[in-house]
Amino acid sequence: MSTMNTVGRPTTPNAVSEKPATLTGARGLLQDEALIFESDGWGKTGVDLPEPKTDGGDLGDLVRADPIGLPGLSEPEAMRHYVRLSQKNHAIDLAVYPLGSCTMKHNPRLNEKMARLPGFSDIHPLQPQSTVQGALELMDSLSHWLTTLTGMPAVALSPKAGAHGELCGLMAIRAAHRAAGHGLRSDNPRNKVLVPTSAHGTNPATAAFVGYQVVEVKQTDDGRVDVADLASKLGDDVAAIMVTNPNTCGLFERDILEISRLTHEAGAYFYCDGANFNAIVGRVRPGDLGVDAMHINLHKTFSTPHGGGGPGAGPVVLSEALAPFAPAPWVVGGKDGFRLIEREEGDAAQAFGRLCAFQGQMGMYVRALSYMMSHGSDGLRQVAEDAVLNANYIKARLSDVMSAAFPNGPCMHEALFDDTWLKGTDVTTLDFAKAMIDEGFHPMTMYFPLVVHGAMLIEPTETESKAELDRFIAAMRALAGAAKAGDVDRFKGAPFHAPMRRLDETRAARSPVLRWTAPEGTNRAA
Amino acid sequence: MKFTKDHEWVRLEGDIAVVGITKHAADQLGDVVFVETPEAGKSVNRGDSFAVVESVKAASDVYAPVSGEVVEGNDALAGGPETVNADPEGDGWFAKIKVADPAEVEALMDRATYDQYVSTL
Amino acid sequence: MRYLPLTPDDRTAMLAAIGAKSVDDLFVDVPEAARRDGVVDLPRVMGELEVERALKRMAGKNTVAGDVPFFCGAGAYRHHVPATVDHIIQRSEFLTSYTPYQPEIAQGTLQYLYEFQTQVANLTGMPVANASLYDGSTAMAEGVLMATRVTRRNKAVISGGVHPHYVAATETVVHAMGVETQVLAPAVDGEAEVIGQIGPDTACVVVQTPNIFGTATDVSKIAEAAQAAGALLIVVVTEAASMGLLKSPGEMGADIVAAEGQSIGNALNFGGPYVGLFATRDKLVRQTPGRYCGETVDAEGRRGFVLTLSTREQHIRRDKATSNICTNSGLCTLAFSVHMSLLGETGLRRLALLNHEKAVATRDAVAAVPGVEVLTPRFFNEFAVRLPSDATEVVDQLAERGILAGVPYGRLNPGAGMEDVLLIAATETTTDDDISALKSALAEVL
Repeated sequence: MSTMNTVGRPTTPNAVSEKPATLTGARGLLQDEALIFESDGWGKTGVDLPEPKTDGGDLGDLVRADPIGLPGLSEPEAMRHYVRLSQKNHAIDLAVYPLGSCTMKHNPRLNEKMARLPGFSDIHPLQPQSTVQGALELMDSLSHWLTTLTGMPAVALSPKAGAHGELCGLMAIRAAHRAAGHGLRSDNPRNKVLVPTSAHGTNPATAAFVGYQVVEVKQTDDGRVDVADLASKLGDDVAAIMVTNPNTCGLFERDILEISRLTHEAGAYFYCDGANFNAIVGRVRPGDLGVDAMHINLHKTFSTPHGGGGPGAGPVVLSEALAPFAPAPWVVGGKDGFRLIEREEGDAAQAFGRLCAFQGQMGMYVRALSYMMSHGSDGLRQVAEDAVLNANYIKARLSDVMSAAFPNGPCMHEALFDDTWLKGTDVTTLDFAKAMIDEGFHPMTMYFPLVVHGAMLIEPTETESKAELDRFIAAMRALAGAAKAGDVDRFKGAPFHAPMRRLDETRAARSPVLRWTAPEGTNRAA
Repeated sequence: MKFTKDHEWVRLEGDIAVVGITKHAADQLGDVVFVETPEAGKSVNRGDSFAVVESVKAASDVYAPVSGEVVEGNDALAGGPETVNADPEGDGWFAKIKVADPAEVEALMDRATYDQYVSTL
Repeated sequence: MRYLPLTPDDRTAMLAAIGAKSVDDLFVDVPEAARRDGVVDLPRVMGELEVERALKRMAGKNTVAGDVPFFCGAGAYRHHVPATVDHIIQRSEFLTSYTPYQPEIAQGTLQYLYEFQTQVANLTGMPVANASLYDGSTAMAEGVLMATRVTRRNKAVISGGVHPHYVAATETVVHAMGVETQVLAPAVDGEAEVIGQIGPDTACVVVQTPNIFGTATDVSKIAEAAQAAGALLIVVVTEAASMGLLKSPGEMGADIVAAEGQSIGNALNFGGPYVGLFATRDKLVRQTPGRYCGETVDAEGRRGFVLTLSTREQHIRRDKATSNICTNSGLCTLAFSVHMSLLGETGLRRLALLNHEKAVATRDAVAAVPGVEVLTPRFFNEFAVRLPSDATEVVDQLAERGILAGVPYGRLNPGAGMEDVLLIAATETTTDDDISALKSALAEVL
């Protein structure tokens, strides 16, 4: 090591311990990145295109004359801009992302590679069907996996997200009732949908959206549907129940068979919110529980990326009774290959319509199938088991310092705590969550489900190792200890170490600023 | 001033009822960010949703505590929703309603009864 | 299994910590009748190699657009997407993050959404745009519903030039909400026909430019007529690149723009995922479906961004929510925004002109084929032709010759009496050789 130049090097790193603000606003690797509109990219482009031979003169005054207002970036500038932005995001690839009911699990990169095969990504939705037989085969295979895993006879693939899937399921139910002479506006109306108080907000929203009156069903003290209350509200005015199972408290509905029996006896359909299918895949088939319709969030159970908010995909499996009402399009197989049924005619005459322009989220279908094939039936069963094991491990290791909302019995894929244990600390669930950010973790889901005060819903998923869980648990225990020891400042001002401190949401909502506009006196477009 | 269980208040000025949400309601909502008040001329029945109030954490309907015709909505709230937090039972009023049946106002809670009611929540 | 980190020893230790004998103890709440002991009847675990082989086999059966002369459009367009775009959207921090509900650690997503909203607003010529919806067709449905909320009227008048699948997707949803629709007969150049149908109960008129037949229309007069009658004008755009050349919907008086953004940054993907663009006027912002990102400051006064105006979303409004939308098109939005940032105004205008140039060249070539009648008078990158025979049959014959010649209108709207109409699109990816191949093959089969 004699060649190493040590001249002038300080012997102690960080000899000064106080932290002066930086002169540029940057914080080490974190750059203070301006908006693209604030760069000098007006008139610039990062795409080399040939000179057009036309000026669009043939279109006369249809041509856009005024400046549009779009800055351009060269490729290196674009790369820097977006990489700098990316470094301000938490991600599942960085650390535990324990958002209960959102299911942030590892996203295998094989899925991404497969979705980008030109044979899937570079085909047009309206090419002749003879030229897309492989794509239709993929949709058919995905359908086979989904129907087999759920024990349901049919699936509508096209819904573009979970909530869109709920809409699909309820519209199928509505169509089925109508076909039986029970229209919403007929003399014999079934105009109510029963929804437990713990349901995700999309359930009542979707039911109301389709025109149903939402009736809430009570929950028992052990976090399940109150079957007696449900029974008293079921009747010939009820079109459907919407029950999430495992439910949003992370618990399996023990009385699920009784719930479905009562529902069917009343002539109603059982819509199951399948957001938490990842807890039971391979071990329980919703079809065996009497479910009539259930959406599957491919981005939850089957690992398609959440991508900062989408795109989602929400295929809906359907019972025999509802299958005829599924929306177009769907794939059928025959001796001449696969065919896409695109309209409500022939065998599809009862289809309730169409939910989107084309076949749905093909790119997500490929990813989900790639994930399922990778796991296989045995691997998927292990997925559910490990997801449930990880959640119970967290519950077991934190229950002595935090208060489990439902301490008795196991949870499924997520562990729910309330804020009883924070009483007297002056620390709220929100404060606690923000302090988790400082410790390098994304907060858990907060204040949901609404039925639990100050709820903290932790879902680790099966893709966390025991070591990472132990690291998370240690951090949670340390924070809980700090809260109880009166170290309130650590929480009230948190986060201190994130790219941003707490943001003023009131200001954003009171006087919304939803776009960049050129400062006064400058001559920028729009 | 009279009060409802849904946390609206009513103050009679002749046959005009000035209507708003109570301090308790404003505190529960937190920072109010948007208010939609009714237009003059709209007729409302007691219990109808006639206005909307939004905070960053909730959006609520406001129900008409009395029946009648709206003679004025408080347009100032559109540009200054924070008034609802600052002065809920004064400048933060939502609408003025020409009362159809004064007995409806009489039937509402008085301050003491309302305070008692709030303390049970 | 390569995605599952727990070892058998881990599982044993964890079960012990929980106090459970086996994992079955954790599933005790499942009724016995519904427990499945064995694995379901599906293939077992597979390595990457095996999965790749199986999926490549399927992918290999499809005719790839980029491998053949390709002229399909009708709401999905093949453009060249710079390599940078796909690299950026695969950054872990974008790909594997959730909806930015914790803004302190999601500024990356939030800032690009804010930039995206500004790009879309400027592109459409509208004051504001939201953070995207599922796709163009669902954006149109949401636009119609929003118009009924704003006007408190209950009827939508829809031009015969609107994409038939958009109409179907819209009618399916809005009819369920009790909204009436009046859809005019298909017409190649008939957007203005909606004017005569506007009545006192009309909540909105919906027109498309360029329409399904490719016809570009100045909708200013339609906007005036709609607004004079107290209705809103919804302008649908299925080819976002067209706005780089044509007058923007905002400039022509639109109240709501519902557009498909796939063309910028996103592959064809056999129909999805795509990205719905939704833009409107300032005063209608609080009636908008979906989510917005807004500017604010943090506790130290630094500029930052948050999701805002979300109290109308379902997680707060529950059964009072005004829309069913619970997600946006995240990554597709990012792809759009990165591609648009690379293009900039200069690149976008050039791209748009190249599209027009190629489409004009294609039109000139096929117009010279005996029996082909060009129907579309003014177009951006797509036009309709009438063939002497059934367009689906012609397309199938050309597909056998390795040419994807376009989309038969009859496939989108059978029974409308336009089975002989073919929609032909060209983009900057179309080559002169592609055009000659189409021309000579058409001449052969007709």
